[in-house]
Amino acid sequence: MPDMIALSHPASGHPQQRQFNPYSENGGTILAISGADFSVIAGDTRQSEGYSIQTRYAPKVFRLTDKAVLAVNGFAADGNMFVKQVRQRLEWYRHAHAKDMPLRAIARLIQTMLYARRFFPYYVYNILGGIEEDGSGAVYSFDPVGSYERESCRAAGAAQSLVQPFLDNQIYFKNQVPQPGHPHPKHLPLTTVIQLVIDSFTSATERHIEVGDGLEMFVVLAKGSPLYGLENIDGVQEMTATNDGERLFVVRRNLKRD
Amino acid sequence: MATAAVYSSPGFDFSNEIRNNFLASKGIPLPKATSTGTTIVGCIFEDGIILGADTRATEGPIVADKNCEKIHYITESIRCCGAGTAADTEFVTNLISSNMEMHALTHNRKPRVVTAMTMLKQYLFRYQGHVGAALVLGGVDATGPNLFTIAPHGSTDKLPYVTMGSGSLAAMAVFESGWRKGMSREEALTLVKSAISAGIFNDLGSGSNVDACIITANNTEMLRNVEMPNERVQKERTYVFPKGTTAWKKEEVRKLVVQEEVRLVGEAMDTD
Repeated sequence: MPDMIALSHPASGHPQQRQFNPYSENGGTILAISGADFSVIAGDTRQSEGYSIQTRYAPKVFRLTDKAVLAVNGFAADGNMFVKQVRQRLEWYRHAHAKDMPLRAIARLIQTMLYARRFFPYYVYNILGGIEEDGSGAVYSFDPVGSYERESCRAAGAAQSLVQPFLDNQIYFKNQVPQPGHPHPKHLPLTTVIQLVIDSFTSATERHIEVGDGLEMFVVLAKGSPLYGLENIDGVQEMTATNDGERLFVVRRNLKRD
Repeated sequence: MATAAVYSSPGFDFSNEIRNNFLASKGIPLPKATSTGTTIVGCIFEDGIILGADTRATEGPIVADKNCEKIHYITESIRCCGAGTAADTEFVTNLISSNMEMHALTHNRKPRVVTAMTMLKQYLFRYQGHVGAALVLGGVDATGPNLFTIAPHGSTDKLPYVTMGSGSLAAMAVFESGWRKGMSREEALTLVKSAISAGIFNDLGSGSNVDACIITANNTEMLRNVEMPNERVQKERTYVFPKGTTAWKKEEVRKLVVQEEVRLVGEAMDTD
């Protein structure tokens, strides 16, 4: 045991370095797309480390309020603790102000919470989706130390490099010349968005080993919005808890388990 | 005898090693080799050998091939499953297959499995593990059924049931609980299929379909994709782009058909 010898003779001259690595990477992918009056936030449910599956069902997408959903990807332990603390801050806000925190305020809260740990960060990428106070669908994406931006579509996690270019092409119509007299639409309908999300995840499952097992997809509808045929989608379940007007649904699907 | 102008030592050439290490330190790492993440198994039954393999090939976390073949031909009654660096398993297996054919021709006999095993281990040992091939070699010869594993450094094992690759633990768990001496062909095939399936579903490096190969004294049966438990579901949308979607900067039309006139001069040759 050479280590023991080195320890018992600290003056032996050789500098000794030891380290503890508190982080790990648990795979999976998340994604969110916003429309004119809705927002879709989705993630797969596989949690892995190296070549092993830790569990086939570990949620990465969480309901914060009836109008805000947070998807967390990266180091699962940090993700779970972060969601727990965001929820606690939202509860304190509810007790102080007798209403749910608006989406843009949640986004700023997440920024300050992430930056507070600038030199021991939460090893997670966050995507916040929901409905703004003006009734528009919104997506906010964050880096691990709190830089954030409002966008209309974002993918993060293991298969980000596979999914984001697909979304850029299908949502933003990148590299597509419009047909004469048919300009690209500014917002896509909910049914199309749901189809794109499902295809993103089945495709990522085909080509990325860390993506699979299950798909959990949250849909947030603005106040007074129609259902857009959401009630006919296989395996849909309503999660609305308040009478504020926004409605929250979850759709669960199986993905390949290999 | 002609001599080479520049001396080149036999074996691998390491002369770029210093340059490559320098490039790696400057942030240009070597390109990743395709690896067969892999679950491969072999098992003896009452009248032969069954080999099994999954069909996923990976490059890091990306699936490079969803349906590759990992059971390689050595001779008619000897086959070899390969795990590790895809190119190495392919080439080492091809080379030994050639040498086995030459061996059979020079000695006028069906070659033995131990011969292939010895050739493989001596080749792999010579390259000190730099040829990254982890193999399961099986076949039937004059001595009966034979089954071996060969590790990349050249060490070998001779056992009644074996597994290799990143899914080897998942597959071995199935063998340890289900293998018995003198199993029938059907029992053994079922066991091999469930061992490979354990790898496919529990090891991220393995996936897609099950391949199997049943070798008996006078027949070899290659069962390509005996089980396909991971077929892709139908896509929700069809992705067809209308004509004119891709932008273009200039148009240039060239005539590729060359026309020429051939005129007969003089009398035609007598071809009778």
